[in-house]
Amino acid sequence: MNAAVKRFCGGVIALVFGAVTLQGALAQGAQDPPDALVKRLVEDVMATVKSDKDIQGGNISKINDLVESKILPSVDFKRMTASAVGRNWASATPDQQTQITEQFRKLLVYTYAGALSQVRDQTIQFKPFRADPADTTVVVQTQVLNTKGGEPIQLNYKLTKEADGWKIIDVNVLGVWLVENYRSTFAQQVSQGGIDGLIKALVDKNNQLAAQKGKA
Amino acid sequence: MNATSSSSLSRLFLVAALFAASFLAGCATPGPPDPRDPLEGMNRATFEFNDGLDRAVLAPVARGYTYVIPEPVRDCVGNVFGNMSDAWTAVNNLLEGNPHDGGSDICRVAINTTLGIGGCFDVASGMGFDKHKKDFGLTLGVWGIAPGPYLVLPLFGPSDFRDSAGLVVDFEVDPLGYLYPTWQRNIIEGVRVIDARSQLLNAGNLLDSAALDKYVFVRDGYFTRRRSQIYNGNPPDEPDDTQPNPMQTPQQPAPPAGGAPMKTSFNQILYPAQHTFGTNAAPLAMDR
Repeated sequence: MNAAVKRFCGGVIALVFGAVTLQGALAQGAQDPPDALVKRLVEDVMATVKSDKDIQGGNISKINDLVESKILPSVDFKRMTASAVGRNWASATPDQQTQITEQFRKLLVYTYAGALSQVRDQTIQFKPFRADPADTTVVVQTQVLNTKGGEPIQLNYKLTKEADGWKIIDVNVLGVWLVENYRSTFAQQVSQGGIDGLIKALVDKNNQLAAQKGKA
Repeated sequence: MNATSSSSLSRLFLVAALFAASFLAGCATPGPPDPRDPLEGMNRATFEFNDGLDRAVLAPVARGYTYVIPEPVRDCVGNVFGNMSDAWTAVNNLLEGNPHDGGSDICRVAINTTLGIGGCFDVASGMGFDKHKKDFGLTLGVWGIAPGPYLVLPLFGPSDFRDSAGLVVDFEVDPLGYLYPTWQRNIIEGVRVIDARSQLLNAGNLLDSAALDKYVFVRDGYFTRRRSQIYNGNPPDEPDDTQPNPMQTPQQPAPPAGGAPMKTSFNQILYPAQHTFGTNAAPLAMDR
């Protein structure tokens, strides 16, 4: 298999895994500085996943619970979705926006589920955090280390400052921003079938994933 | 295969892949085109072919390998190949003007070859010498060569014109290519491919579940990832494409620390076609 695909696949795993990891947020810590917030989330989620065989096995309802309780408070899913949809977001009705956000979230959770099953004995290394106190968008850099060695997996988090604290708005695995990477696909769906076409594509995809999960 | 020629199995594949790609380049491209992917029709066909081949042959073989060979042996095999690629990574890091990473890579090879017993154990990572991965396509990128159109190579997967040229150089310097007799070399090449695939077995389904259109997802990720690697993981921001201004010239990113991407006329020489894309030229110029 070629190296690029290998790196990319590794990236997707890591990113998903990281996206989950990063987010074990507690509402009480919402006012933390961004680097402290990410650190707490990552450590919390890693500990939870390592101690829960069901999550490692891909139990969707348990992973949903994890997302609801720890990840949601620290992630701005709506903003993530708006960013993935890009310029077409403004032409969607509020109801359509809600539907897209809900379906996109489902899709990401399914992907997280797969990534979480990869959590073994990795450790997360936090790189020195540099930001101007006035910055409203920052990137927290980490890397995932395997105990056996091998190439560290770059895993960065983009956060933005909102009224109720810092929120994660994108995750970068091996140099690829996950949310940004959806832009062309989403734009393509909208150009083919409008906003409703995009919603349908997401619903179909999630149904297909749910059916696979049922078989497994 | 002629044992006195320097062509190995993988070289043969590469030549065949490049030939097939150039042969198919005339095929029509359906759908709204991405300016970076004028050969989308052909690329999609190759992508499907690779996917099918992987499902039918490579993935099952890799699963068998994982089942039969104990994990410590597989780790050792992977590390030995990794150690060989680290040496080439060191050269590329030096060519790219990254003396710090290049020096660290040289130390890695020295440590892993000796203390790590011929590269069998990656002890250098534990000592703080992080593994990097560089190839000649990236070095060309640092030198200012634009990626050119996207190109899915048969067997090798996602690439672009620049990285395909880099791949040819990567194979030329591969010490395995100079190993004789050829049948031994081909066995080792085969093991290398199976080893690489086996490390991805658990990852396989993630891409399938994440992407609405796997082809587009992989393509966009490929360009972004390569650009990030050229800037050693810290690329400057690209202009926001949600608010396009076709009349604006793309911003010239600042050179990365330690590297000095030069603006060369190679782009014009190698990829004159990119200038015919007019207002859509920005994505092609992103690596400069």
